[in-house]
This record gives sequence, C-alpha cells and structure tokens, in this order.
Amino acid sequence: MGPAFYIAGAVAVLSTLMVITRYNIMHALLYFIVSLLSVAVIFYVYGAPFMAALEVIVYAGAIMVLIIFFVMMLNLGPQTAGDEARWLTPRIWIGPSILCLVLLAELVYLILQPTGQAGDVITVDPKAVGMSLFGPYILAVELAGMLLMAGIVGAYHLGRQKKKILHRFLERTTE
Amino acid sequence: MMNTTMEGLVLAGILFVLGLISMLIRRNIIFMLISVEIMLNAAGLAFIVAAARWGQPEGQVMFMFILAMAAAEVSVGLALILQIYHQLKTLDSDEASKMRG
Repeated sequence: MGPAFYIAGAVAVLSTLMVITRYNIMHALLYFIVSLLSVAVIFYVYGAPFMAALEVIVYAGAIMVLIIFFVMMLNLGPQTAGDEARWLTPRIWIGPSILCLVLLAELVYLILQPTGQAGDVITVDPKAVGMSLFGPYILAVELAGMLLMAGIVGAYHLGRQKKKILHRFLERTTE
Repeated sequence: MMNTTMEGLVLAGILFVLGLISMLIRRNIIFMLISVEIMLNAAGLAFIVAAARWGQPEGQVMFMFILAMAAAEVSVGLALILQIYHQLKTLDSDEASKMRG
C-alpha cells in the first residue's frame, strides 16, 4: 500500500474539493473526471483491476460524457453562444492535466512493479466476480436489467418536447 | 497507525462528506446531480475496500449494481432537469419551489 494509495487519495480529495468549489459547470466536470480516474487507481491498488476498468469506461466514459453533452445542449441560447470558447481556454486545462499526469506516473509505476499488491489486500479476480454475479446473484442482475429498462423508458417519456406547458398554473404564473 | 482497510474507509467517508456538503450548499440542479454521483462513487469505494478486506467477490458485485443504478439515475435525472429548464427557464433549484398545495 503505502505512498501509492496516499498519492491517489490526495488527488481524489483535491479534485473533489475543486469540483464543489467551481462556479462553472464545465470546469467542475473536468475536475470530476480526474476524481473518477484517481478513484479508479485506488481500485487498482485495492486489488480490483476489472472494477477500475469499469469505473473508467462507464463512469468517466459514459456518464460524464452524457452530462457534458447535456450541458452543451442546454446552453444554446443566443447570449451563451460564445461560452465554449471562453470556458475551454488552455489555462483551464492546466490543473486537471497536472493531476492526470500525477495519476499516470503512479499507474505506470504500479504496473511496472514486479511484486503484486502489498499489505493485507486480497486480490479478487474477475472470474470469481462473474461466477458470483451469474450464480447466486442472478436475480439481482435481472432486477438491474429491469431498472435500466425503466430508466430508458422514463428518460424517453420525460425528455419528450411538448408544445404546450404541462401545468396550467405554471402557464399562468409565468405570464 | 491505521491499517489498509481503515485508510480506504476514511477516504470513502471524506469523499462522501464532500459530496454531501456540495449537495447542501449548491443551488444549481446539475451540481446537485454531480454531488449525488460523488456520494455514489464514495459508497462504491467503500464496497471495493470491503471486498479487498475479506477477499470475497460480493463487494465488487455490489459495485457493479451501483454502477448500473448510477447510469439509470443520471439518465432519468437529466430528463427531469431538461423538463424543469424548459418550464422555468433556469437551473436554480429554489425556483422550483412554487409547486406547493
């Protein structure tokens, strides 16, 4: 364990602090992606490399990109047309880039290390996770599938564009 | 001197409290959604640490369920935010307090 965990943990806490203190959504999302990457390194240190890959792919790859697309889609007003050019100046990328380089150096060091995980960490290989997931927890997997189906249907139902405002009293109060 | 498990749990607790603070002090709805993501991520970290402590795969199984739940929650939450933005023309959550009674 030792310094690898402390460096990744410090990067995680620092980037999360930067997330909750930014006023700009895009800056906060950049730092939040760094926070997710550092948590993935911590997963690797704790003997769960498959979960670290899932964290990077699903969280930082899918969910964050979804939120970034959503933010970009909402800010299409005429007064915010030039916001992207102002948000993403090269100065903004310095902080997350430095934190990402620290994480990359630490990950390369961990991979090049000949010995496995130190300390009292027990590595659980992905095969055991898969055997457990599709063995005793098959009902929970089906429930997760139904939850994702409900999420798809709910997002489609809620995200439809209506020409008329749904609630009459909101229509009255906004006039 | 803390052992390995206690260090990971303390880090998960710190991240969870940071997400909770952000949830309490922020009034932008997208920031509140990101705060929920921070807290879910901290909970998943606690599960991974527990799996490494006992050497059992159940912690990682629970992390995969947390991942699926976070994906569904983000899609539905973003659709709700889109509706609120189209109706109120703002992302301030205090503006959405008109619906009472």
